Amino acid sequence: MASATLSAPVNKAANPRKGMPKWVWALPPVAVLALVFLYPLALVVQQSVQPDTGGTSLKPYADVFASSAFREALGTTVWLALGATVGCLVLGFALALVIAFVPFPGGKAVAKFIDVFLSFPSFLITLALLFVYGSVGMANGLWTDVTGAASGPFQFLTTPWGVLLAEITYFTPFVMRPLLAAFSQIETAQLEVASSLGAKPARIIRQVILPEALPALAAGGSLVLVMCLNEFGIVLFTGAKGVTTLPMLVYSKAILESDYPGACVVAVVNVLISVGLYGLYRVVSRRAGA
Amino acid sequence: MASGIRFDKVSVAYGANTVLHSLDLTVEPGEVMALLGPSGSGKTTALRAVAGFVRPASGRVLIGDRDVTDLPPHRRGIGMVVQQYALFPHLRVEDNVAFGLKAQKVAKAEIPARVTEALEMTGMASYAKRYPRELSGGQQQRVAIARALAIRPGVLLLDEPLSALDAQLRSGMLAELARLHRELPDVSILYVTHDQVEALTLADRIAVMDKARLQDCGTPQELYRRPRTEFTASFVGNANLLPVQVGSGSVSFAGAQLKVPTGDVASGVSATLCVRPHLVGLGDGPNALTGSVSEVQWRGSTHRLYVDVDGHRLKADLRELRTPPALGDEVTVHFAPEDAVLLSAGVSKDG
Repeated sequence: MASATLSAPVNKAANPRKGMPKWVWALPPVAVLALVFLYPLALVVQQSVQPDTGGTSLKPYADVFASSAFREALGTTVWLALGATVGCLVLGFALALVIAFVPFPGGKAVAKFIDVFLSFPSFLITLALLFVYGSVGMANGLWTDVTGAASGPFQFLTTPWGVLLAEITYFTPFVMRPLLAAFSQIETAQLEVASSLGAKPARIIRQVILPEALPALAAGGSLVLVMCLNEFGIVLFTGAKGVTTLPMLVYSKAILESDYPGACVVAVVNVLISVGLYGLYRVVSRRAGA
Repeated sequence: MASGIRFDKVSVAYGANTVLHSLDLTVEPGEVMALLGPSGSGKTTALRAVAGFVRPASGRVLIGDRDVTDLPPHRRGIGMVVQQYALFPHLRVEDNVAFGLKAQKVAKAEIPARVTEALEMTGMASYAKRYPRELSGGQQQRVAIARALAIRPGVLLLDEPLSALDAQLRSGMLAELARLHRELPDVSILYVTHDQVEALTLADRIAVMDKARLQDCGTPQELYRRPRTEFTASFVGNANLLPVQVGSGSVSFAGAQLKVPTGDVASGVSATLCVRPHLVGLGDGPNALTGSVSEVQWRGSTHRLYVDVDGHRLKADLRELRTPPALGDEVTVHFAPEDAVLLSAGVSKDG
């Protein structure tokens, strides 16, 4: 920080000599940003207020908001995202704790694998779950072979629970990454002093590790929440027909029903929720001193 | 409450690497024992074995009459202070101090008074509402000490507690620690340090460690005035270590006969003579040695001369000289017979 404030006057002094105002350098990236991101976004917003009947009105919004499909999708999206986020936080915290503080052979390799896992496409996980729990997957196959029944007991994959499981499986590493970084910052001496003062492991986790990992939890959690809100591949690949989320609704409205204004309305709502949650996270995390 | 510490043949190894070799040491109740040694000598390992963070490969650790070898750290009832303070950054000073009391399920009503008592003992009562990041290094260390004392431990482990502080603060904190120990005479203190001044100032006894082994143990005076080994002589205080041939009532060094007490060391063997630099005088006198000055260091109140005597470097710490000798000057230095110690350990024939 100090070096930035120190170097600022130097830049100012150097600029007149070059004869080029500083903002010129900002033009190319802003132009690219506008072209590939802001312009399409503006188009989406514009389309959302232009019903097929012509003119400009908020009728598409009224129509979409009035439809039960939208309200259902909104509800499903939010509870799936919240559920997946909570699941990821709990599971990620527990797994990161073990990797960071319980020395076991191969711990480093596991931590490395988490990095690799982040690069996997989301549908891959769903596909893997299909192989295991799908209606003709390994688990059900084993069951039908053993019992001779016509179908296995694992039919949850096409329900919201299947989507939830897939999202938690896929997004947990996104929570673990910042957590592992935060855990590596915690001094071992703090944990040792805490235990010498009489604190058992549970108390140390609750009163020393957890408070110090809160910013990382908030960062990972908000990232996962936003990503879950916008998740498309996982929902599509589970083949859960009854599970319609906002991105799925956009897809079906735009591609299947050719209702572009309706699709754009849903898309705008989706973007607003994401941006709103992100803004909320920034405010909260700043107040928490993160 | 008074409980000492006993190491009973404690060995610690990481794989094939033995970092503490069969340590036998007893810290009496209420005693301050300094573990003094260079890094890698095993002193911190010994402390961590008492705290329960390393498991001895063999041997037992006892606190009072209790064998704690197999107890987890949180059941040992030990106060611990480490070099980097290790305060909990998200807790206020008072909550840091209360941490151990809550963990030990002290009655809620009792905690505030105990916290205040501990903070007053270290002079930090007026900082109770601050966060650790708002305190200086010395203040943080006081809080860390208060936190360790709040649980009223019978044993206090201090692991290089002053190493992160600057020199002036360090001597102030040394006095503070000495005062604390006077106020808490029942607490046994194990004090790990590589700093001889801290050990000499604070300890009732010093255990000198090197190469994973206990080399020597005794009161500071014994170790300083009558060291038994070269390692102790050079690590506890400064020393000139001169290779000598023992005669009867005298030794020969660089062709000169020096009158020193030879005790029961047999005549004719090779041995090492220890002379403290500040006991060496300039000019003629008993046990005079002549050599050329190879280096002069002015240290404010003293001059340190390095004198080459027949290829051996002799250090002399002299009160500041008006006209110090120039490099290469021939000078004569001397020391009183009673100021020399013939190191009795490690004496060998023709060594």
